[in-house]
Amino acid sequence: MSKRVGMEASLAISEAVKMANVDVVSAYPITPQTHIVESLSGIIADGELDAEFICVESEHTAMSACLGAAACGARTFTATAGQGLELMHEVVYAVSSMRLPVVMTVANRALSAPLSVWGDHSDAMAVRDTGWIQVFVENAQEAYDHVLWAYRVGEDRRALLPVMVHLDGFHVTHVVEPLELLEQAEADRYLPINSYPHPLLPDRPVTMGAYGPPFIYTEVKKSQDVALHSVRPVIQEGWKQFAEISGRRYQPVESYQMEGARVGILTMGSFGETASLAIDQMCKRGEKVGLLKLRLWRPFPFEEVRQAVEGLEILAVVDRCISFGGPGGPVCSEIRSALYQATSRPKVVGFVAGLGGRDISPEQFEGIAKRAEEVAEKGSPQEYEMIGVRE
Amino acid sequence: MASSDKPLGWKDIEVGAIVTEPGGARQYRTGDWRSQRPVWDRSKCIKCGLCYLFCPEPAVKEDAEGYFDNDLYYCKGCGVCVRECWTGAITMVEEEE
Repeated sequence: MSKRVGMEASLAISEAVKMANVDVVSAYPITPQTHIVESLSGIIADGELDAEFICVESEHTAMSACLGAAACGARTFTATAGQGLELMHEVVYAVSSMRLPVVMTVANRALSAPLSVWGDHSDAMAVRDTGWIQVFVENAQEAYDHVLWAYRVGEDRRALLPVMVHLDGFHVTHVVEPLELLEQAEADRYLPINSYPHPLLPDRPVTMGAYGPPFIYTEVKKSQDVALHSVRPVIQEGWKQFAEISGRRYQPVESYQMEGARVGILTMGSFGETASLAIDQMCKRGEKVGLLKLRLWRPFPFEEVRQAVEGLEILAVVDRCISFGGPGGPVCSEIRSALYQATSRPKVVGFVAGLGGRDISPEQFEGIAKRAEEVAEKGSPQEYEMIGVRE
Repeated sequence: MASSDKPLGWKDIEVGAIVTEPGGARQYRTGDWRSQRPVWDRSKCIKCGLCYLFCPEPAVKEDAEGYFDNDLYYCKGCGVCVRECWTGAITMVEEEE
């Protein structure tokens, strides 16, 4: 039987980390992630979780400590945001390349300059190609669920990959919401004990992160990419088994009011919650508008995206990040790329909104749907349009 | 990346590209970095062994008569032995191929 509580999303994440019986937490405080590791340090200090909390001087070291601990077979956790994720960047690559199932929550935050502690997806997009499994969640319940799921998937012998759980800084991290917690016994059943196949042991020595000259590097990268693409069944299995204990079912791409929809809006993260209010209003007026929420970001769910847009005439993709000098938003680029080979596909219109914590209202999402129709019909002089920007 | 005569394909790569056998660096042919190689003039060699001591690889080895020569599988052609040789017995010659 699950327990219904009111809890801040950050603390729900700490609760999930505790229930996952993590061995090592190493992190450096940074807004808007701090509540997660602050509460974890309390949980460990109070003896509620038998784990090492490694205090470090930077995020680079936080990820390095997780790398080392994971290499020894420990279940590890860290959390960061924005500049912190940038600072640990090179080690983020090393962890996935060494196939260590570290779990990290990222409280998505804008990047400097100007200094902004508020939310957007610039940090997430900067680590897009780092080889981690990446999902976006949009509320406290999803954040809690996906921390447990992340260990289940990442540590699976068929995966052995690190997992990043993205949640919008402040818009999700700092919101107190009702959510259901699993019983410890349920969590234990869902999450087997971590048994990394090649832990660093004195009596069974291995070399990790060795030198990879040109004669072998290409083969190593190919095997890594195949591993990430091949993890899809494990991801699905993880969600299916989670649904069996919790009743909550997740999908790589989630649809809302998509039946018979002519215009679709595609979002990632907490935008989905706001956009769904706009969809409700538009549907009430008889407009054929639906919402797609991209949950799984890596490996990219090509097939599910193609299926999800079937029947749509127009798809508005709302990014929370800019690719400067490029085609606009990174999510829109990937959606366009995924649909390019499809025989029938909607016209894709790109928008960038909500940078650096700027709120986007349900009315603005209604405006996005309307503007997408205009652009689809008449075209636009720009590759993408920015929502709510003052001239 | 275990030792093997046949070059490994991507399916042969261990999870995380870990190396499960010790001494793998021994197989690494640093000799192909070389553009020049040292040549010993035995008439000037006093068998002091400084070239052997200073070789960073170490690719210089002593033969049965106490003279020195190098292992071209590992010699990077750095020229440290030439610089350190007291008697000027070693000279670098271009690799021509």
